[in-house]
Amino acid sequence: MAGLSAAARIAEAGTPVDLFSVVPVKRSHSVCAQGGINACNEVARQQGYSEYEHFDETIYGGDFLADQHPVLEMANWAPRIIDLLDRMGVPFNRTGEGNRDLRLFGGSLFKRTHFSGATTGQQLIYGLDEQVRRYESEGKVTKYEFWEFLWPILHDGRCVGIAAQDMRTMQIRSFRADAVIMATGGCGLVFGKSTNSVICTGAAAARCFRAGAWYGNAEMIQVHPTAIPGADKLRLMSESARGEGGRIWVPRKPKDMRAPKDIPESERWYFLEEKYPAYGNIVPRDIATREIFDVCVNQGMGVDGDNQVYLDLTHKDPDYLTRKLGGILEIYEKFVGEDPRFTPMKIFPAVHYSMGGLWSTYTKGSYNPQSPLTKHKSGSPAPIDAKVGQGMQLGAINNSMTNIPGLYAFGEVNFAYHGANRLGANALLSCIFDGLFCGVSVLNFIKNEAPGKNPASGLPASSFDAVVTQETAKMKQLLDGAKPSNTEPATNPYHIGKELGDEMTAACTVVRTEQRLKQCLAKLAELKDRYSKVRLADSAAWTNQSFGYARSVGDMLVLAEAVALGALERKESRGAHYRSDYTSRDDANFMKTTLARHTEGTTNVEFVPIDASLILPTARTYGKKESSPKSATPAPALASTTS
Amino acid sequence: MNASAPHSHARRAATPGRTVTFRIKRCEGPGKPSHWEDFKVQVPKSSNVISCLQQIAANPVTADGKTVTPVVWDAGCLEEVCGACTMVINGKVRQSCSCLIDEYAPNEGDIITLEPMTKFPVVRDLWVDRSRLFHNLSRVKAWVPIDGTYHLGSGPKETPASQATHYVLSTCMSCGCCLEACPQFNLEEDKAKWDTSFVGAHAISQARLFNEHPIGQELKGERLDALMGEGGVSDCGNAQNCVKVCPKNIPLTESIAVVGRQTTVRAIAQFFRG
Repeated sequence: MAGLSAAARIAEAGTPVDLFSVVPVKRSHSVCAQGGINACNEVARQQGYSEYEHFDETIYGGDFLADQHPVLEMANWAPRIIDLLDRMGVPFNRTGEGNRDLRLFGGSLFKRTHFSGATTGQQLIYGLDEQVRRYESEGKVTKYEFWEFLWPILHDGRCVGIAAQDMRTMQIRSFRADAVIMATGGCGLVFGKSTNSVICTGAAAARCFRAGAWYGNAEMIQVHPTAIPGADKLRLMSESARGEGGRIWVPRKPKDMRAPKDIPESERWYFLEEKYPAYGNIVPRDIATREIFDVCVNQGMGVDGDNQVYLDLTHKDPDYLTRKLGGILEIYEKFVGEDPRFTPMKIFPAVHYSMGGLWSTYTKGSYNPQSPLTKHKSGSPAPIDAKVGQGMQLGAINNSMTNIPGLYAFGEVNFAYHGANRLGANALLSCIFDGLFCGVSVLNFIKNEAPGKNPASGLPASSFDAVVTQETAKMKQLLDGAKPSNTEPATNPYHIGKELGDEMTAACTVVRTEQRLKQCLAKLAELKDRYSKVRLADSAAWTNQSFGYARSVGDMLVLAEAVALGALERKESRGAHYRSDYTSRDDANFMKTTLARHTEGTTNVEFVPIDASLILPTARTYGKKESSPKSATPAPALASTTS
Repeated sequence: MNASAPHSHARRAATPGRTVTFRIKRCEGPGKPSHWEDFKVQVPKSSNVISCLQQIAANPVTADGKTVTPVVWDAGCLEEVCGACTMVINGKVRQSCSCLIDEYAPNEGDIITLEPMTKFPVVRDLWVDRSRLFHNLSRVKAWVPIDGTYHLGSGPKETPASQATHYVLSTCMSCGCCLEACPQFNLEEDKAKWDTSFVGAHAISQARLFNEHPIGQELKGERLDALMGEGGVSDCGNAQNCVKVCPKNIPLTESIAVVGRQTTVRAIAQFFRG
């Protein structure tokens, strides 16, 4: 989605775009986004909400890890993005009068989430896909679908093109470019099963990382609280189910085997509602996930004694549910065989999103208070208006640019906006914001900077040929080592990939400890060693899928190491990163970006300061109180708790 | 999904730990002959075709013990919103991710056949090249001709009823089921002939969607001109297979009828204008 937004923005300015994708762009992973897209809107505004509060929620939701200025600009831009999508014909749900309907979402007390059924990502990407198809038919965009990004091409330290491979013919070639935008999404496959599409290996980002791009906050991996367990993947059950009134509960009696409808209200433990009276079921994802994990894994209170809790919508009108949530209810019904309008769903957390990604930079905008403000009081007047350019300077060439000049990172692969935890319905926003807002930066870079004086088209062929040679050699090595039907687990790429996923899920998700992370790094070293001897079962030089997979396993191992190292070195708990051996947030030492660098095969991490000059950090409690399955009435609030 | 009645899937009790045979039509590449290979897979609970193909990829040994190359197939979201993993399963076109083994093969020794779609050129094994499908969206200019991505206010208001109609049309994921089932849509490898071959139900339905949009209808004339020519809406033979196989329950035959009427009106108007 970030890529399509950028392509539309750049093509309409008259700059030709080559668009590369491992799948037809319409089938990108953005189609899986369900719940909606956040933006301040007129109704919420008249109730006291503002773009500024959206900004404040995003910073607080992210546990104060994000640089604050880019987040401010994104929140300020959000209403413009909704308007644009509306003009493209995205069928947003409507109110009786024909206005765009709104729903509640995690981390906010205001309705500020715009949605299209429960397939908002699909509808948004289709709107953008249609616009890009229009530019394609006018010759302004050239699509390379089923082409895989292999490596960025650098010349004098600047990115001047890419090497890519046609996944069908296996041809490897170079493409010259005055700027390169990575819009390659997250890395869910590093964890084996996740809510991600099968293409979300993170390999493209890992290749940039290996080529010298920095990676930020790798350890910040969002585990979504509600997904349907499955044999091939864990299917997302959108936060919108809770935004529309869905309630999370387990029976108060462990292993209560009665059907959910036979369990009376007084014997149900609505633990999120009891612990978080203000936010209830719509606490942010990291918190909901940890609570569900705690109830199931530590307390053994999961439904039927298994690792699962009820997500219950059965108290809502079935017609209403169909209208608002039809898409996701259909998914549940199709894959589980029960109708969630009449039977509570059984769900469990699953790896979902990577807040971390390629490190990027920006130019600060015009809003720079003398000292940071205290946390915004919900519903109170905003200290500033939402004019463009207060957070980030519009058109500054370094907005969302990596440390390599000319190489940009947009969307999920950009680490910038979500800190240590992303709020629901902010992902689609950050994708499109990057494409539109930072797309202008790309245009200015091409026009006013190095490419203007020294365009990629005029550079000597040697830099380009060298990368093609390097990638061809990598391919040859993998194919030459192929042994028909290598079922030997030690060197079979699918076995290595599975072990990687199992290990990362066990060590680097909801609860992390030093001891387990060290064990994980040792396991990764073992897998890397085995990978160096990997043998494919297919030596074909045509559409060799197992070759493509095996190549990305090598990249996933590199990314996995950055995740585990970041998690090990960050000796605190913040957002999605929870260390049971360091349970508090430590702002003095760790309100900093985890910066990973990869040189000569080795990854190192360090912590670099962030710019938090707009909002003062506060404890992120979401008003937590104590609750236990034994008492039906919530216990009094704790004096202070940190998450 | 119907609105008010509960859906009870009387799912048959599947035999736990059973072995299912996957009979897969294989082809090494364009112009190469096809052949069948059987794979035996022990299926865990809640398996689908994809998880079984993943098992085969990790251990590509046929039922008669021959070691072969892993099967190649196309997949993406695995939750039936991207359209990638469409194939012909037991003779019927559908997404393979939502094909649950407990339903399709509940008994020990059951056989599931997997074939590539036949209306698109095979790339390898179960993977086909559906670029013609996207080309046909360009033929009917399936987009709203907005003034660009700069901030120019909001779009037109829309009633909830109109949104409900358009949302369904807009859920088309370009999977190609309607084309596989259509007797009028045939394999065409020569790109030069794409513009005069039957455009297909999905594209006609998208033309309807954008013809009904207040700004999209600016291109209605051009869309209808494209659909009045060779390979346009009149090539539809009214077999009505498309609507039966559509995984998103899009009213494709209704769209064809609507667009058919629109072309008739345009033809009459053009006749009187001379």
